[in-house]
Amino acid sequence: MDFVSIELLVLLAFMAIGSLVAVEVRDLLSSIICVGAVGFALAMVFLFLGAPDLAITQVVVEILALVILLRVVLTREDRTHETPKDTLTVAGTALVLGGLVAAGVFVMAGMNPVGEPLFGTEGRSAPAHVSAVGTAPPSVEAVTAEQFGPPAGRTAAEQYVAQGLEKTGASNYVMGILLDFRAYDTLGEATVIFVSIIGAYAVLRKVGRLRPGQGGGVT
Amino acid sequence: MTQGRHSGLSSVVKDITRIVAAFIMLFGIYIVLYGHLTPGGGFTGGVILAAGVVLVVLAFGRDFSQRLSLTERAASFCDSAGALGFLVVALLGYTVNTFFMARFIHAQAPFRLFSAPAILLANLAIGAKVAAALFGVFLAMAVWRPGPREGRLS
Amino acid sequence: MTGIAACHLSLGAGRAAGLLPYAVALGLLVIGLYAIVAKKNLIKIIVGLLIADYAVNLFLILTGYRPGTEGHAGAPILTDGAQAARTAFLRNTTDPLPQALILTSIVIGLGIVALVVSLAVRLYEKYGTFDVTDIRKLRG
Repeated sequence: MDFVSIELLVLLAFMAIGSLVAVEVRDLLSSIICVGAVGFALAMVFLFLGAPDLAITQVVVEILALVILLRVVLTREDRTHETPKDTLTVAGTALVLGGLVAAGVFVMAGMNPVGEPLFGTEGRSAPAHVSAVGTAPPSVEAVTAEQFGPPAGRTAAEQYVAQGLEKTGASNYVMGILLDFRAYDTLGEATVIFVSIIGAYAVLRKVGRLRPGQGGGVT
Repeated sequence: MTQGRHSGLSSVVKDITRIVAAFIMLFGIYIVLYGHLTPGGGFTGGVILAAGVVLVVLAFGRDFSQRLSLTERAASFCDSAGALGFLVVALLGYTVNTFFMARFIHAQAPFRLFSAPAILLANLAIGAKVAAALFGVFLAMAVWRPGPREGRLS
Repeated sequence: MTGIAACHLSLGAGRAAGLLPYAVALGLLVIGLYAIVAKKNLIKIIVGLLIADYAVNLFLILTGYRPGTEGHAGAPILTDGAQAARTAFLRNTTDPLPQALILTSIVIGLGIVALVVSLAVRLYEKYGTFDVTDIRKLRG
C-alpha cells in the first residue's frame, strides 16, 4: 500500500458509490447531480495523481455537461415505467457483464501495481547540456546518445520526457506531446469534435425537416 | 425555466455576471496563450472560454446576447476558422520539410511565451475552435423550440 | 524515495492493494455498461455512457501514475531549468503520454454527450417520452 494513498482510496470509493446511486435512483434530476459529483471526484483524483491540466479540463467539461443535461431534463416530464424483466434478459446481461469482469481480472493480474508505470528511469540522468537562455539548443540526438546510451530510451514516453524541452521548447510536456510529437492525434480530435457538433446541429435544425403530414418517403 | 421568452435570469445573477464574465474569459485566454508553460492549453482554455460565454447567454437572455453578436452564425464561423487555422499551421510544415506537420519554427529558449511558436499558434487555433463549437452546440440546444407537434409515425 | 525499489518486494496483499484502483475503474466500467444495456430511460442510458467514459479516463491515468519524492505526485511540467532539478524531474514525473491521451478523450466525451443529448431532445419531441421501449413500439 505504499503508493495508493488513503485520499485516493476514499475518492475512488466515493466515485463507485456515486455512480451506483446515479444509475439506480428513480428521479432523473438526482441521477444527473450524482453524475456531476462523480465527475468532480474524478477531477480531484486527477489532481492527486499529478495531472493538473486534466483536472481543470474535467471540472469545466463536467460543468458544461451538467448544464446541457439539466437543460434537457428540467422541462420535460418523465413518463418512463420500469417493467419487470424476464429471466432470459437478466441472465444474458449478467453473463455478458460477468464475462467482462472475468476478462478484466485476468488482464489486471498481469499489470504492475499503481505507482510503477511501465517506463522507469532509475539510474538515468537528465541531458547535461540544458540550454541557457539565449543560446541555441544542442543537437538532441547527440545529447541523448551520450546520456542514455544506445538504444536511447526504451519507450516513446521516455524519449518524450528526455528530449521534450530541447525539441519542442515547451516546458509543459503534455502540451509538447499533444501539439508537437503527436499533432496528428490532435488533428483527429479536432475532426471528431467538429463532426459531433455538426451532427448535433443537423439533429436540431429547423430547416429541411419534414412537415407533419409529409411523411412516408425516404428522408 | 425562464420568465418570458428569453429574458435571462434574476438581477442578482446579472449583476454578478457583469463583474465576473470578463475575468472568466481573460482567464480562458491566459490558459490558451500560456498552455506550453503552465497547465492548460488549447482544449482547456477553449472549454473555459465556452463556459464564460454560456454564462453570459444564460444570465442575460438570448435577445441581449444577440446584440453582442453571440449568435449561432458567429459560433459557426469561429469554429470553422479555428479548424482551418489548425490545418494551416499543419500545412506550414511543408515549407520547411517534406512532411505534414513538420516543426517549422524551431524551439527557442525555454520558459518564455515564444519558446514554442508553433505550439502557440496551434493552441490559439484549437482554443478558438473548441470554444466556438461548444458554445454553438449549447445555443442550438438551449434556444431550440419545437415546431408544431409532429404526430406519431405510422 | 526508495519506493520504486521497495515495491519490487510487494507480493500478495501488498500487490492486491496496489491493484485496487484498477479494480475500481473496472467496476465503474461495468456499472456504466449495465446502465447502457439494462435501463429503459434514455437519460439513464446517457448517464451510463458518462460513467463508462469516466471509468476509461480513470484507468488510463492510473497507468501513468508515479509517486514523487515529496509525498505527492509530480506533474509533468518543468519549472526549473537547472541540471539537478531536471534529473529529479526525470525520475519523479508522472508519465505525460497517458495524460495527453486523456485530455483528448475528455473533450471528445463532451462532444459525444452534446450529440447524444440532442438526439434525446429530438426523440422526446417526436414521441413524447424518454422510454426506449415505448419508442420502439411506436415504430410499428
